[in-house]
Amino acid sequence: MIDITRLSALELGRKIKAKEITVAEAVQAQLEIIKQRDPDYNCYITVLEEDALAQAEQVQTRIDAGELNDSPLAGVPLAVKDNICTKGVKTTCASQILYNFEPTYDATVIEKLKEAGLIIIGKTNCDEFAMGSTTETSFFGVTKNPWNTDCVPGGSSGGSAAAVAAEEAFLALGSDTGGSIRQPAGYCGVVGIKPTYGTVSRYGLIAYASSLDQIGTFGRSVSDCAAALELISGHDIKDSTSAPQESYRYTDALVDDVMGMRIGIPKDYLGAGIEEEVKESILKAAQVLKSKGAIVEEFELHSVEFAVPSYYVIACAEASSNLSRFDGVKYGYRTSEFEGLQDVYKKSRSEGFGNEVKRRMMIGAFVLSSGYYDAFYNKALKVRALINQGFQKAFEKFDIILGPIAPETAPRLGESLSDPLKMYLSDIYTVSVNLAGLPGISLPCGVDKKGLPIGLQLIGRHFGEKDIIRAAYSFEQAGSYERPTTLTKAQGKEA
Amino acid sequence: MRITEETVQYVAALAKLNVSEEEKNKVAKDLDRILDYIETMNGLDTEGVEPMSHVLPVKNVFREDEVSNQDNREELLKNAPQRIGDSFAVPKTVE
Repeated sequence: MIDITRLSALELGRKIKAKEITVAEAVQAQLEIIKQRDPDYNCYITVLEEDALAQAEQVQTRIDAGELNDSPLAGVPLAVKDNICTKGVKTTCASQILYNFEPTYDATVIEKLKEAGLIIIGKTNCDEFAMGSTTETSFFGVTKNPWNTDCVPGGSSGGSAAAVAAEEAFLALGSDTGGSIRQPAGYCGVVGIKPTYGTVSRYGLIAYASSLDQIGTFGRSVSDCAAALELISGHDIKDSTSAPQESYRYTDALVDDVMGMRIGIPKDYLGAGIEEEVKESILKAAQVLKSKGAIVEEFELHSVEFAVPSYYVIACAEASSNLSRFDGVKYGYRTSEFEGLQDVYKKSRSEGFGNEVKRRMMIGAFVLSSGYYDAFYNKALKVRALINQGFQKAFEKFDIILGPIAPETAPRLGESLSDPLKMYLSDIYTVSVNLAGLPGISLPCGVDKKGLPIGLQLIGRHFGEKDIIRAAYSFEQAGSYERPTTLTKAQGKEA
Repeated sequence: MRITEETVQYVAALAKLNVSEEEKNKVAKDLDRILDYIETMNGLDTEGVEPMSHVLPVKNVFREDEVSNQDNREELLKNAPQRIGDSFAVPKTVE
């Protein structure tokens, strides 16, 4: 009996097509592993047991009828971050204020995945409303890092990253507003990609900061991740910021060849604050690409230290507007006792939202308030413009930019929560990519002395997904994928 | 200290949140510290720079005004914390 859940998503897809494995067998194997491991990691808020088996039956029928011959991932179980709407399936944003919310429609990405025959196996944990870098602000408890359960999985899409690392899902969807796919992918030793702003429809993604939010994918290999991204990308009339692209065939870029590719490393990304082991690992990764024929050069990106403050002003401002829709009237949590309508709003929101969300809404309200708008909000938008210009200038000289995902590997549980500023600063290498709307991929490039994975980040120019996928794939070919050792222990227990 | 307890009160009202008397001081300190950090962006000269709210050129997208969804009133109301008949229920707003 082969170990189904250890396969790659594309391999599983092939075996299902070849009738070596049925879709029901794949789903059952996945549910079994979730049952065994999720009590330890808490990756999921909702697991779709019966529903997934029903989906399996329907997809098997479509495969047998030859309807899904062109869909390489048909029958593969996939996890979805709980801020993406799934029709009739609880979608909570990991918040009490949406604890019982069941959307009446599917997000565009969910429609596309169902069309392609993927099986939605569950909804994953995250920071409340995707606001956080550790998955500790969830109303439904913390998710633990499968590499070391004393550590955080990163965030905000920590449940998705941990599920893929722990083999509790073959693939997962996340959302990335300031690093929320790339950073947890880095901390959990999996691959995560955030495409160019506008590549994937945001229709049905519960908004945090609309000008920065993008949906992307997690996988245990660059190939799996790119194949899944290919399925969810595309222009959508339901998203007015959707940007049509010439080609969405990202799997065409899975080529082991970086000959002549120009790669820039921002000196500013390797300066103060970065752990020595992380720095060494990143430079070693650059050497690997250089040995394959890439031209690697260091350069000054400038203004790096201004990205985080600018990001927090913009993200909080947009959040304070987006989150005003949660008022205890149309859906979700309503306070039990109230006097008048204003009291319904204020009490439901005060009781339903957690501290970090309230903090960001208040910062947002402040920077948008009269008298402070110019000094904070407008200033942040100007800083954003300069950060974008810095990248545009860099891309005149380079095809991709290479650097770390975070200054350190996964911190221990509880360490970041006590100091929000420290947590915000850990986003220093990821937020500028969202401010400039660029594509970024995170992939494992080593393990530190503590036994935790180190993440490598590759940044592309607008619509340059194929460049970063090609470089990531080439790098990946140089080494084999490492799994968390805790999983083998867990398997020893099973035996 | 630019964030006073009064400012907290004002900002909380804008965000439709209650902040208790005991919390006010802590929230004020918290916001003050974060805003101090945010102000480090003043170190970057932005004289003459156009504010950028979107990276890609975004313009309004028009489409035909045609109904594409079905009547799903019942499904929508299922999520309501409280309903009266076919409506969302709220406390009386006019005396």
